[in-house]
Amino acid sequence: MNAAIATEGLGKRYRRLWALADCTLAIPAGHVVGLVGPNGAGKTTLLRIAAGMLTPTTGAIQVLGGRPVAGPEQLARVGFLAQDAPVYARLTVADHLKLGAHLNPAWDAGLARRRIGRLDLDLDQKAGTLSGGQRSQLALTLAVAKRPELLILDEPVASLDPLARREFLQDLMETVAEQQVSVVMSSHLVGDLERVCDYLVVLVASRVQIAGPVEDLLATHHLVSGPRRDPRSLPGGITVISASHTDVQSTLLVRTSGPVFDPAWTVSEVGVEDIVLAYMSQAAGRRRRDHQLEEVPK
Amino acid sequence: MIEFHLDGRSGVAPYLQLIHQVRHALRLGLLHEGDQLPKVKDVAAGLAINPNTVLKAYRELEYEGLVAARPGIGTFVTGTLDGGSLAAHGPLRRDLQRWLAKARRAGLDDESIEALFASAFRSAAEQDIA
Repeated sequence: MNAAIATEGLGKRYRRLWALADCTLAIPAGHVVGLVGPNGAGKTTLLRIAAGMLTPTTGAIQVLGGRPVAGPEQLARVGFLAQDAPVYARLTVADHLKLGAHLNPAWDAGLARRRIGRLDLDLDQKAGTLSGGQRSQLALTLAVAKRPELLILDEPVASLDPLARREFLQDLMETVAEQQVSVVMSSHLVGDLERVCDYLVVLVASRVQIAGPVEDLLATHHLVSGPRRDPRSLPGGITVISASHTDVQSTLLVRTSGPVFDPAWTVSEVGVEDIVLAYMSQAAGRRRRDHQLEEVPK
Repeated sequence: MIEFHLDGRSGVAPYLQLIHQVRHALRLGLLHEGDQLPKVKDVAAGLAINPNTVLKAYRELEYEGLVAARPGIGTFVTGTLDGGSLAAHGPLRRDLQRWLAKARRAGLDDESIEALFASAFRSAAEQDIA
């Protein structure tokens, strides 16, 4: 499989603080990939390194098979939309398009104009006076019109109202359908990701908790509930991701390759949000335990 | 041309919802042989869903022999699901509407009507098997 982003022991340190540490992952191309995880997981740092905006302290990274900062050709292959969609407040929409044309060798001026027209943006308006939604769409236009093979979007809809968010995602999906561009986007809005992403990576503390096609994740995860029992007594091939118990009942979110056959258990399907939350709280629980263990020997 | 919609809370996978809606439209005679399905790009943009989801639904419908893709043009209906019964729909619908009015007059609310219909439907199906 051709990788959009592949890393090996990737790390980034700011003074004494590691924003990303020993991160090894492979994100395939040809998908719309959702990157989810709690704040501080290293998502933004990873995406900024992949876009060539940051140099890593340790480890290796390949983006579309090349090094992110290899040169202008590599930069032209990747479109990056930073958090909060930065634009030049004093420049007009038209100025931004001119700048895009000037800076990008493969700039598609027709595409940029068509998008601006469709989005109903005024060419003479100063970018600083655009609404949040319009600013995001201008920034996406600049990233798309350079005709990249990979679009990297860092929390593209986090600051948008629900309507602007929907419009941005509609626009993004149309772009994916038209141009077959690969997308890697981070987001906290798991509900959106369920619609737009076909591949998911859950990152907690620089570690991949689970990664795979959304369809496979949905097919292999189930919520089972039944009479209380020790999760360790479950048959082989079933991995418990999260468990809760009352005095009489156990409810488990499990991963299994085959169907769950046990007449005592009620099996129901789970959504992407349930799966993501289960892995995030599993990792959070593990970290709390590790900290406690570290503190004990004093 | 039909228009798709998605129920985000139904728990049914989006591609299955699209398939159901096409099958439903075929049954009700809203789609006929030769009609074009909405373009993948337009469905993706309209519903803000991944184009691969739409492609998957269309591929499945193609596999069932209900539609065929013409590369570069679009996806077209090639089969029917009404089984030649479409002509009978009108009178049956009128019967049902009369029955519904009767049920309402008897004081049944929507939920009771649905439950009654589902239970009658099930017992009829069981009799067919037996």
